[in-house]
Amino acid sequence: MADPATAPRDLPAELSLARLALRNRSVYWGGLLLCIIVVVAIVGPYFTAEPSALNPTNRLKPPGPNGVFGTDMLGRDLFSRVINGARVSLVVGLAVAVIAVSIGLFLGLIAGYIRVMDALIMRVMDGLMSIPAILLAIALISLSGATLTTVVIAIVIPEIPRVVRLVRAVVLTVREEPYVEAAISVGTRVPTIMARHVLPNTIAPLIVQATYICGSAMLTEAILGFLGAGIPPEIPSWGNIMSEGRTFFQLTPWIIFFPGLALAATVLAVNIVGDGLRDTLDPRIARNMR
Amino acid sequence: MSVLEIENLSVSLPKGADRKFAIEDITLSVGRGEIVCVVGESGSGKSVTAFSVMGLADRRALTPVAGEIRLEGENLLEASDAHLRSLRGEKMAMIFQEPMTALNPVLRVGDQIAEMLEIHETLSASERRARVIAAMQDVRLPDPEKMYGSYPHQLSGGQRQRIMIAMALVLEPVLLIADEPTTALDVTTQAQILKLIKDIQTRKGMGVLFITHDFGVVAEIADRVAVMQNGRIVEQGEAGAVLGAPSHPYTQMLIGAVPSMTPPERQPATGKIALETRGLGKTYGSPGLFGTGRTVHAAQAVNLTVRRGETLGIVGESGSGKSTVARCVMRLIDPTSGEILINDENIATMREGRLRAHRRDIQIVFQDPYRSLNPRRTVGQSIVEGPMNFGIGRDEARGRAEELMRVVGLAPDALERFPHQFSGGQRQRICIARALAMEPVILIADEAVSALDVSVQAQVLDLLDDVRKRFDLAMLFITHDLRVAAQICDRIMVMNQGEVVESGPTAAVYANPQQDYTKALLAAAPGHHARFA
Amino acid sequence: MLRYVLLRILSTIPVMVIVALFVFLMLRLAPGDPAAVIAGDYATAEDVARIREQLGLSDPIVVQFFRWVGSLMQGDLGISIFSGKPVSELIAQRIEPTLMLALTTITFAVLVAVPLGTLAAFKAGSWIDRFVMLFSVGGFSIPVFVLGYILIYIFSMTLKILPVQGYRSPFTDGLGPFLLHIALPSVTLSVIFIALISRMTRASVIEVLEEDYIRTARAKGQSEYNILIHHALRNAAVPVVTVIGIGIALLIGGVVVTESVFNIPGLGRLVLDAVLARDYPIIQGLILFFSFIYIVINLLIDLSYTLFDPRIRY
Repeated sequence: MADPATAPRDLPAELSLARLALRNRSVYWGGLLLCIIVVVAIVGPYFTAEPSALNPTNRLKPPGPNGVFGTDMLGRDLFSRVINGARVSLVVGLAVAVIAVSIGLFLGLIAGYIRVMDALIMRVMDGLMSIPAILLAIALISLSGATLTTVVIAIVIPEIPRVVRLVRAVVLTVREEPYVEAAISVGTRVPTIMARHVLPNTIAPLIVQATYICGSAMLTEAILGFLGAGIPPEIPSWGNIMSEGRTFFQLTPWIIFFPGLALAATVLAVNIVGDGLRDTLDPRIARNMR
Repeated sequence: MSVLEIENLSVSLPKGADRKFAIEDITLSVGRGEIVCVVGESGSGKSVTAFSVMGLADRRALTPVAGEIRLEGENLLEASDAHLRSLRGEKMAMIFQEPMTALNPVLRVGDQIAEMLEIHETLSASERRARVIAAMQDVRLPDPEKMYGSYPHQLSGGQRQRIMIAMALVLEPVLLIADEPTTALDVTTQAQILKLIKDIQTRKGMGVLFITHDFGVVAEIADRVAVMQNGRIVEQGEAGAVLGAPSHPYTQMLIGAVPSMTPPERQPATGKIALETRGLGKTYGSPGLFGTGRTVHAAQAVNLTVRRGETLGIVGESGSGKSTVARCVMRLIDPTSGEILINDENIATMREGRLRAHRRDIQIVFQDPYRSLNPRRTVGQSIVEGPMNFGIGRDEARGRAEELMRVVGLAPDALERFPHQFSGGQRQRICIARALAMEPVILIADEAVSALDVSVQAQVLDLLDDVRKRFDLAMLFITHDLRVAAQICDRIMVMNQGEVVESGPTAAVYANPQQDYTKALLAAAPGHHARFA
Repeated sequence: MLRYVLLRILSTIPVMVIVALFVFLMLRLAPGDPAAVIAGDYATAEDVARIREQLGLSDPIVVQFFRWVGSLMQGDLGISIFSGKPVSELIAQRIEPTLMLALTTITFAVLVAVPLGTLAAFKAGSWIDRFVMLFSVGGFSIPVFVLGYILIYIFSMTLKILPVQGYRSPFTDGLGPFLLHIALPSVTLSVIFIALISRMTRASVIEVLEEDYIRTARAKGQSEYNILIHHALRNAAVPVVTVIGIGIALLIGGVVVTESVFNIPGLGRLVLDAVLARDYPIIQGLILFFSFIYIVINLLIDLSYTLFDPRIRY
């Protein structure tokens, strides 16, 4: 019976997929907010004061005439620092998402298609997943020295298992599809089958997963900065600003609140886009992975 | 007096559907002690009718816009939700197509029957249990005391459907609605369940509204029959009259498309042997570390030969191993024992590298037309994929694909379109074209027409038979449907639980089955004794 | 059944070996001489030599690994470089606050999230549903320490009804002070769990409500409320329990941050102090310890599936 509810949704082309996604309200508004943040992060630093400029006579001032967000304990302009911090967060989020998805995709395809590698890769991933991400990142960074690169690597590593599991699950489902068996029957070689019939099915769930990874990477970066284990303190990242604000929190809570708000808004925008994409693209597997 | 009267009922479909009404202006009644079959193809509105009566259709999507549904004279469309709930189970009950999913997997089956009593009656726990046991005895379930505590997954398909029937009938409703209750069952189980429904109906005198797509089932069980097409009833009347002398052209076409159980006389094939298996076997599972592991013999010692120009049918119920054989021969799974000979070469243990050259010779058409084509690739891309794997140029492959489109009865411009723009039957034609593009010697049809409506099924069967003749193919035809097998197969092989039970020329096996299992199978085919117009 | 449990327990061994290998290699493969890294920037040559000797770093790497695993098997997690105490002893001293924080958080989160998610699923599309989903996406977006400071600002600094920070033991200080001190950290940490669990509960219940047996229950005349309670919840349980298990990893990360914000002297603080002091045996030991906990909890959760679904039989 041709029951429309159980018949698989046909996705003729990826292009119309993007158009479909934009019609979703969450994707639209989340995307808009994210665009604004990105533009501010790119353009903002050209219009704000030097974020590291010290002003010892003007320390710990509340928001007002001495700066929209006030100043920190060294008299630096908080507004300028928050605007400049956006770049760090976005770069980390994007880099982690791209790298984790690329590595995870590669390993997931191997695990899903080559049986001997499956057990090995999945055991390693299980092991990696059982190490708490933040601890792992802290340990990696403290061992190899804190730079932007090591922070990104330290956040990427614990994110990989989730991507591998997702890709592997898609591969295992798709390889049972009759159209893949038909491709085997007409003599299509395994690498071609992977590229032509399996890979396209991973794109939609991976896009969704990538947005979630991007959001969680920005949070992790901030947490690492806040704990004093993140990128070097001279870079004005949101985590570092908040870390510096801890000492005087009872006196000047805004030093934590403003960057915290900026971070939350950015991650929220990313997550809303992710939710919207998930609802539109409906990769069931992605939903179960979260 | 009628138990159920449906009068001028119309149910609208949501905006954007391919038609305005799911069912339009239908009038139908079910009397006490009567079985009325509503028969139609997919999308005819037969299930919507059943669900509308029960009030289980989603009213936002399927809104009744005109007419009445009266249960013992009371209009259900005006009843409150609470009142409707009290009628469901008590006065009208329903059984469904798939008993596995219709039962809650985490609750004991006895308790699921007892729930009916909890909802509608106040009984003590022991009285309830006694009533449940009695109901289970009523549907002839073995050892009800013990089965009470079983979970659905521990029962067979037939037992599960009996549980559903016991549940539906425990409160002795006046109306039973059965929505394709035997479609998901094997043919022998189907025969038993049909008999059970008929028996209980006679004993209790309730009215039954029976939804089906299968004219064999209609012939088996119906007192009266209503034929639906595109949401309308095109013909209704006494079962014998409608089946024997249909008046509406659609009914005539449908009944004409039902394959006959009598195989035509066929000349034995004399072509060269194209495919042979010797002692083919497939065992799942491993003996385990301590010899305690479970093994399943999906197929054992299967010997078969297929000549060019010949169709060999493998028939059997689910779990018989018929598809395992097909998939082994295709080398989609690796056989655990035996030989598969194609062109005098054994491909059973051949490595993929060498096997690839042989893949051209043997092609397959799968059951599910919706999953057999990659939805992201055009029909043309799917068809030329194979030939291009073997070094044929794009233009040449393309030209041949256009030719094949004509062979399978589609326009050549279909190559530019995506699978979702085609119906199920058209997709099966595309899959046949894809197989033919490889210029195979052997074509395997694995339940290739089972998912199709009967009218489409007949056309695709004709096409398969046609291409077999035209290209002198050796065809291996896997099916559970004895009617289909009778019409297309030169020889058949009956399988049960992984083993070949009987084989021979189709006409001989049908006329004079030697083994008990084959006899039972043939006797169970619904409407096997009925003559269709 | 027993056989399966044994097999399942055995199957955690390779995972634990991989964790151990990873932790072991992390230090060995880090750029530079591990002894020098451990000794820190201001160490003398003697310090480095002493540490190398202490950790047995001059032996072949395979020997080092097996010796290390051997001592792990005896429960020996190593010796802290700075305090000279066994790591297991340090963990034992600091475990209570962390355990209490984790327990209160999980309990609170499950008690809030499961009903919330169920309600959202039951009223899918309604304002309640939208609120739950909004809360959930918000919970995933706000950094745990920012939330902690916001709560401190509101409840401790403005309303002055809860202490700013610190920890009181329920065993030595009494239940009242314990609850007062644990309330804010617990709520802070549970927000992300409530987000996670309520979202999974909602998705799972929605999926179950579309199953055929729910339609059967309707055909019996069962009320929607009873359908939800008797038919839907138990069927929806497995994914929810699974996500709680996966969330344990999240919880452990959250503990480190929360303890830091609320100045709770637990294992999280031990980690941070160890990082600042570059006391690697402690870091190693704690990573192993937490991974072990994670693996054991997920093992238990796996085994608990039989309680919810009779189809899963071992």
